[in-house]
Amino acid sequence: MSRLEILKTYKIYIGGQFPRTESGRYYVPKNGQNEPLGNICLSSRKDVRNAVSAARKATGWAERTAFNRGQILYRIAEMLEGRKAQFIEELILQGSNKKTAEIEVNLAVDRVVYYAGWCDKYQQIMGAVNPVSSSHFNFSVPEPTGVVGIVCPENQSLVGLVSLVLPVICGGNTCVVIASESLPLCAVTFAEVLNTSDLPGGVINILTGAKKELISPLASHMDVNAIIYGDNDEEQWKTLGILAADNVKRVSRLSKDWTNPENQDLYQIAETLEIKTTWHPIENIGGASSGY
Amino acid sequence: MTSENSKIQSIIQNSPTIDKVGTEERVARFQTRSIKGDSKLMGLKMALSMIDLTTLEGKDTQGKVKQLCYKAEHLHDAIPGLPTVAAVCVYPSMVSIAKKALNHTQIKVASVATAFPGGQSPLAVKIADTKFAVDQGADEVDMVISRGKFMEGNYAYVFDEIAAIKEACGNVRLKVILETGELATLDDVRLASDLAIHAGADFIKTSTGKIQPAATMPVTLTMLMAIKDHYDKTGVMVGMKPAGGISTSKLALHYLVMVNEVLGEKWLSNEWFRFGASSLANDVLMQIAKTVNGSYQSADYFSID
Repeated sequence: MSRLEILKTYKIYIGGQFPRTESGRYYVPKNGQNEPLGNICLSSRKDVRNAVSAARKATGWAERTAFNRGQILYRIAEMLEGRKAQFIEELILQGSNKKTAEIEVNLAVDRVVYYAGWCDKYQQIMGAVNPVSSSHFNFSVPEPTGVVGIVCPENQSLVGLVSLVLPVICGGNTCVVIASESLPLCAVTFAEVLNTSDLPGGVINILTGAKKELISPLASHMDVNAIIYGDNDEEQWKTLGILAADNVKRVSRLSKDWTNPENQDLYQIAETLEIKTTWHPIENIGGASSGY
Repeated sequence: MTSENSKIQSIIQNSPTIDKVGTEERVARFQTRSIKGDSKLMGLKMALSMIDLTTLEGKDTQGKVKQLCYKAEHLHDAIPGLPTVAAVCVYPSMVSIAKKALNHTQIKVASVATAFPGGQSPLAVKIADTKFAVDQGADEVDMVISRGKFMEGNYAYVFDEIAAIKEACGNVRLKVILETGELATLDDVRLASDLAIHAGADFIKTSTGKIQPAATMPVTLTMLMAIKDHYDKTGVMVGMKPAGGISTSKLALHYLVMVNEVLGEKWLSNEWFRFGASSLANDVLMQIAKTVNGSYQSADYFSID
């Protein structure tokens, strides 16, 4: 008797749980050969709302020590490495050839490690002691922006997502991610990696569905502090800018070729950091002036 | 047997047992009602007008109480046409402060009394506590019953105590807190409700907010049924105040649905129904803002208290 194949249900990831969309809807994206990729959740604005409140509740992420955040990010890389075969298979189903799929997955793992390393280092590079002409010790330190919305590119479904999400959580932010609409498989499987890698629930929340529908509630949400747009649709970019203006969100557009190993740097972490400057009164002691 | 004793015997005998499963199923049905658009906005505003904005912390200061009173009057001035809350609920020592801050408004000052929240003090102390709150100008008094005596089966003591506090209150409305989180069963909740109603409670209230679980829908339904049975028998209305644990507007709307379907429209005003809450107001305000502006809101743009 032949065995009945068990097909995977792709669900969304909110607050460390894998619910189905509250709307109960799904869609079936297809690859180039017109083969269905799976039944994927067609998330609604209420899923966006739930994801944002989960992300807000998880802002304790920023209170962890930088070193511990680095350890957890590194753990993500370990788990990702262990499931390489599954990601390669999904990328091939989505239309990649075996070689490019392998390159993409390896690069994704390396990129996670890259940002894991930055977790306890960007503060020294970006922080500063500032010279001022009064009796103050004046210093600047980077702090996370808060809850960040991330719109992933349509292609490069794994490495694109990793390249946009990792710098954001490296900086202590929490995020709500809208996955590639046409190639969503790796996003959901990546959520499973996150769920087994000590990352607290709610730090990364991943939704699948129609970008056109999800961008508006995300961009107009007053509790989202910044949005990173990684796609290439002018109409979406314009809508996002208008709606985000309501609470003066930081909006950045990052569309690069994420398969290029060079496209990773400190400045991407800085996209979702705020600089806090403190003026601390001091006395002039001995020969030291307030020049420092 | 004295006549007083026989009265209590009759309350106990007439207090029905409660079907827990049935109560839970009925509650689940209240939560399936869908309230949208204009009705939702009306319901949210009604919920706001029924809130007893509460601060009952050991660390309460005069400044905190004044701030809370300001919030009670100006819930969110960015949205015009909002009601005020029904009352501000504070400790007796803060009543005069709250009274002064709210003198020019319709907002009532409610005070907890009778050695809140434990209630483990002699009756004389509790009466003095109540009289102090009333003298300071409280419009309403929230008392706690002696749960220990209730558990010992000394129902006469509980009854007499409520009656004595009611007497000390004079014309001030009395809310009787059953602290249902400490009464183990719905049968006990029903019996305590019946005792309180017969002893002269103007309102029955679920909880102090200091014990978990605080207000739940099954407990509130049980108490509403006690009020309904009393009303059907005597025509006398008694108010209801669930307190503690109601922090989302969705849940508040479910409570309103329940009150409407169990007791009817007559109870849908802050004269007969209240929410004891501190964080509910902001959630309702955020929901109203969402309904008005269309975008999901952030706590960053609403006053903390």
